[in-house]
Amino acid sequence: MSNQYCTFRISDILFGVDVLKVQEIIRFQVLTEVPLAPVSVRGLVNLRGQIVTALDLHRRLDIQPSGQLDVEPINIVLCTEGGAVSLLVDEVGDVLTVHDEHDEPPPPTVNERTRELLTKVCKLEDELLLVLDADRTVDLGGHP
Amino acid sequence: MSDELDGMDEILSEFLVESYENLDSLDSDLIVLEGAPESTEILGKVFRTIHSIKGTSGVLGFEKLERVTHVGENLLSRMRDGILTFDQDIATALLQLVDAVRQMLGCIETEGADGDQDFGALIALLEQLLEQDAVPTPAGVQADVTPAEVSEPDPEPAPGPSEEVARSGAPNAERTVRVHVKLLDQLMNQVGELVLARNRILQCGSRHENPVLQSTIQELNLITTELQEEVMKTRMQPIGSIWNKFPRAIRDLCVSFEKKVDLVMEGRETELDRTLIEAIKAPLTHAIRNSVDHGIETPERRLLAGKPATGTVRLCAYHEGGMVAIELWDDGAGVDPQRVAAKAIEKGILTSDEAARLGQRDLLNLVFAPGFSMASKVTNVSGRGVGMDVVRTNIEGIGGTVELKSEVGKWTELKFNIPLTLAIIPALMVHHHGGRYAIPQASLVELLRLDGSQAGGAIERVHGARVCRLRGKLLPLLNLGEVLGLDGPFWPDEDDTRRTWNVVVLRCDGQSFGLLVDSINDTEEIVVKPLGKQLKEIPVFAGATIMGDGNVALILDVLGVAKSGSVLSTGIERRDTSGSGHQEVAAPTGTTLILVEIRAGERVAIPLSSVNRLEDFPSASVERSGQREVIQYRGLVLPLVRLDGGSEAGAKPEAGGHLQVIVKGEGAEQVGIVVDRIIDILEAPVNLELEDAPRSIVLDGRVTELLDTTQIQARAGHEEAAR
Repeated sequence: MSNQYCTFRISDILFGVDVLKVQEIIRFQVLTEVPLAPVSVRGLVNLRGQIVTALDLHRRLDIQPSGQLDVEPINIVLCTEGGAVSLLVDEVGDVLTVHDEHDEPPPPTVNERTRELLTKVCKLEDELLLVLDADRTVDLGGHP
Repeated sequence: MSDELDGMDEILSEFLVESYENLDSLDSDLIVLEGAPESTEILGKVFRTIHSIKGTSGVLGFEKLERVTHVGENLLSRMRDGILTFDQDIATALLQLVDAVRQMLGCIETEGADGDQDFGALIALLEQLLEQDAVPTPAGVQADVTPAEVSEPDPEPAPGPSEEVARSGAPNAERTVRVHVKLLDQLMNQVGELVLARNRILQCGSRHENPVLQSTIQELNLITTELQEEVMKTRMQPIGSIWNKFPRAIRDLCVSFEKKVDLVMEGRETELDRTLIEAIKAPLTHAIRNSVDHGIETPERRLLAGKPATGTVRLCAYHEGGMVAIELWDDGAGVDPQRVAAKAIEKGILTSDEAARLGQRDLLNLVFAPGFSMASKVTNVSGRGVGMDVVRTNIEGIGGTVELKSEVGKWTELKFNIPLTLAIIPALMVHHHGGRYAIPQASLVELLRLDGSQAGGAIERVHGARVCRLRGKLLPLLNLGEVLGLDGPFWPDEDDTRRTWNVVVLRCDGQSFGLLVDSINDTEEIVVKPLGKQLKEIPVFAGATIMGDGNVALILDVLGVAKSGSVLSTGIERRDTSGSGHQEVAAPTGTTLILVEIRAGERVAIPLSSVNRLEDFPSASVERSGQREVIQYRGLVLPLVRLDGGSEAGAKPEAGGHLQVIVKGEGAEQVGIVVDRIIDILEAPVNLELEDAPRSIVLDGRVTELLDTTQIQARAGHEEAAR
């Protein structure tokens, strides 16, 4: 059986989420910062009248920005249990169809914070695709 | 196949909705019937309701429901035929029947079957009542038959109910349509969006001069406003829809406490937003139970106190100042402020010193403190100490207020002020640190501008806590930046005498405080939107909204801000620090008065409601116009009236001094009343709207004349005309 992933990059690392979880992809929107919010929250965006929380995936996944700070991030709006949530990513890639024989659980040596959010790692021909669990990614729970 | 199932589901859900509605009216009908057993019209209505539930349940195959309603129907039919008369026992049994039916309907709704509870006892009770009069009739026999046989004598199973409903329902049934609440909510949301888009267009449009565009924008503006109003109306429900439950609740309470209570309801057609109706239901029910349990005395005690044996509970709703006011009044024992204070001290809510400093009104309102209970013994309806504070929390949660007034031995009144709607609220926009925040206007008291050049600086410190002086009282200050974690505990330029500060005075839970912000903008109508669950944990935000420019602004939760700034750390700090209490002006029983001195020693009181402003003019600015003294004031000529009579004409203004002037009226109607000194603002138990309002009262231990300001104004106006 094969799965489809919407792929994107954060500091050159290729990530993917289940394509069925993605509501839409929109260019950068003006953000309203929220004081006292968890650090992963970059702010609020107005998505056609709906107020959506935008999460910074660098901070969420503990990944250092890769230097290109002037590039405006792109919103991947996910449709989750708690409503729409936007992930801010550096670059959006293709939708990939991957057969599950290429899947493997994330190796135990991956940074723990990231590993909690990964469902699996797909071995693509020339690189690895890290598949994020959409609901766990947007659930900040006790995490900052 | 699936179509058929859908059809069944539809019939079922229609049956449920209809039956619930009918049951609600049944409760009140039965109680009316108890008071007037001879009313055949109501009896007929009750009969039809039970009959149609029985009929439909037979068709749908709910045997238990059918069996129970069938016995009830028999009982009712015999009353209709005049064989039995309606009495309290029958009423109780029939009310139990209504409860049983409601329970079974609940089961049908959740499980699709009428539940496995056996209502044998109820059926036996109803049958026993049926047998009560010694004449055995076929109906009595019929009550014992099994459900299978019961359906036989019913000749019109399916068409029966719908016809009955059409007949008993309102004649305009064809003109109304049932719409799902969810659809209305969505509609409301979309109208909210439209309002925002309109605001944006208005902003953009003002930059263009194209007349076609301008008129189109105007049209869009009008249509949107109208649409918003109409859609709001669809969400409005008469408050009577929850009041219907109260006669039944009161009856049950009366039976269990052996009290007699008449419930009077006025203004049940007053409309409120659906969500608010739901929100006030529980607090109101609780308050009514309190009235019957604590308020109304037993008939014996009432007779001893010289009152009629039957107590009165009056529920009254009306529109007042853009809000809905609900008054719950009872002619019971009243609430003694001293006893409240004693209880509060006993419960450790405040110390006796603090209690001694509080006024009567504040003492009474201690009943809203958490953990407070007046009941000397715990009954099954009240006295557990989780009462009035929950009522207040619930009401304040929806932006309303609640206040208690009482006269010992005579009456108690609880007054609720509820906003009309929650979806769109007026809010004050403020800026701080580049961020934009909305403060709901419901908690806004006033705006202040503090000047650093004031003696001792505008901001003073009480052991590190910032305060400022507002009309002689200390107002705790919070810095919005500090509350939001943007500033440290040290405020920039705090001691700078050249700096001015913008302060928004807010009030929640009986406590006022000032919030320092960078700048204060306009007020706007905003649409409240919830925050995502990632941000739900932040107590200082109530939600977010979209502004005219399309960006998002956060809405401050005033209660959360107060708590995070520890303005409300303990119950004892809930004290009225604003003193004047603007809402008191409208109170029918008390009047807020300004106490002034007009001549050495002579005191006069002026109702605050009739006063526009208090001003201080240098005496030199007084000019003369004919025989009159006038002052140029805000581009108008303000005639002055001196209360010490003789000096009015011809007296020379004392050089170098200042005049304290009370400005009354607006625009050309304005009159300035010259007084020597303004002493205080206080509340007095007089009602000036009454015909026989007193001319003088005792205030502050001294006889004080009440000034009739309308007359003074008329006098000034009259003299003006005479000239």
